[in-house]
Amino acid sequence: MVRRILKYLYIAAVYLVLYVPLLVTIVFSFNNSSSADIWHGFTLKWYESLLTDKSLINSALRSLFLAAAAATSSTVVGTIIAIALHRYRFIGQRVVYGSLSVIMLSPEIIQGISLVMIFVILGIPLGFVTLLLSHTVFCFPFVTVTVLARLKGVNRNLAESGADLGASDVDIVRFILIPLILPAVFAGWLMSFTLSIDDVIISFFVGGKEYEILPLKIYSMVQTGIQPDVNALCAALFFATFVVVMLSYRLVRAKR
Amino acid sequence: MLKSTDNFCRQAVLYFIFIWFGIMVFAPNLLVLLASFLSRDPVWYLRLPLNLQNYAALSDPQLMSVILKSLNLAFCTTLFCLLIAYPFTYFIARFAKEYRALFLMLIIVPFWTNSLIRNYALISILSENGLLNTFLIKWGLISQPLKLLYTDLAVFVGMVYTLLPFMILPLYAVLEKLDLNLLEAAEDLGAGATAAFFRVIVPISLPGITAGCIMVFLPALTLFYVSDILGAADSAIVGSVIRDQFVVIKDWPVGAAINIALTIFMLFLLHLYYKSGNSVDQEQPIW
Repeated sequence: MVRRILKYLYIAAVYLVLYVPLLVTIVFSFNNSSSADIWHGFTLKWYESLLTDKSLINSALRSLFLAAAAATSSTVVGTIIAIALHRYRFIGQRVVYGSLSVIMLSPEIIQGISLVMIFVILGIPLGFVTLLLSHTVFCFPFVTVTVLARLKGVNRNLAESGADLGASDVDIVRFILIPLILPAVFAGWLMSFTLSIDDVIISFFVGGKEYEILPLKIYSMVQTGIQPDVNALCAALFFATFVVVMLSYRLVRAKR
Repeated sequence: MLKSTDNFCRQAVLYFIFIWFGIMVFAPNLLVLLASFLSRDPVWYLRLPLNLQNYAALSDPQLMSVILKSLNLAFCTTLFCLLIAYPFTYFIARFAKEYRALFLMLIIVPFWTNSLIRNYALISILSENGLLNTFLIKWGLISQPLKLLYTDLAVFVGMVYTLLPFMILPLYAVLEKLDLNLLEAAEDLGAGATAAFFRVIVPISLPGITAGCIMVFLPALTLFYVSDILGAADSAIVGSVIRDQFVVIKDWPVGAAINIALTIFMLFLLHLYYKSGNSVDQEQPIW
């Protein structure tokens, strides 16, 4: 019994550690002072000042748009690669498999630097396009492995009987495989969205001034001190993403 | 018999894969390797002739001391994350399926607030008037507030906090599949609980442990914004040095050389990872 209680306490303590900074951000977004550590009473003034801070709101919207775009393109790229790895045998297949885990395990700084170098050499101006391509590169392996795991559980006879009945490759993928792997595709999208939203280092290298996303804007503010309307923005964003993800999660579950 | 449209599809998809991996994965890394042997150019960043001087710059004693300090920090972070994450993950992996999904979701949720912001929030906890000092004084554990913020200790706390989920997720992937019958079998064969744990469960979860350690250790060397936000002026880590070479000093070849050294170190760790067993192999998600 005591062991059980200790176990639950331990689990709760770890979650507490993970969530305390978020709670602090949310609590201090209502703090009636720009102090980041002393409580001066409740106010909504930071939410009001947030509404007038166009550049802050715009950078948040750019972050969200980038994450949605990068998640979508990684899902497309990652799913195509997963299906190809599953259905085809080709030269370099093992290299492709191997690179997937190397990309997932390599620290962001290695990817950020190699990508910014290729963009500069190719003369692609740093901005939305370079951010999108880079985020797609570090997210797609997570989609590929998730979809591959699901494809392994798909009965191969289904595709074969499809072929026997005269379905082309495209038909087999479109009408047999895609409906079966849809939950994994969705999970991959969510994973990519999460990774993209959380990224700092790759964006730091490949981002440009004319498409300044939220983490970079905040990073440039760290030296001078961050105004509490950033807390307000983060609290609002947190609730917004939470609601959207929960809704889509329920939607997908209801469909299944 | 392949129909011609099928053949066309196959060709198109394979070309796409080769071009994607070629341009976005292999070319960038080869470019860094090449750059590490080139010379610095004030306008074009890189120029001939080829040389090895950039690697000689790695032996600079000042850089060496930063690297050693950073390795020490990364080692402590990894060890601490493993010690916290292993029992935690072991417990949550034993819950019923629907609860496990919820527990896992709760680990992912904090990611939706960018890690830079979450690290910034740690300031309110670690500062002199912050949450932690206030509590410690209230409980009478200390009389004077502790100097926590802008120290190496704060960077360590930030790293553990930021990277803990990256230890939990790969561990979860192996512990979730753990067959409890193995434990029973071990006990039937006379192993005590401790022996069963260290000789059955730990070896089985070794791929998850190595994957988690890699996913914590390498970022702990390179997440420069954590030391920027929470550390003192001398809390620089390997990532801060690379960042400065590229962004401040604009010496790409030396930055590339440090990056290559880091990549070689990473490949060495990956080699250990593949040797640690194939139950989490290329075809399995690591989380």
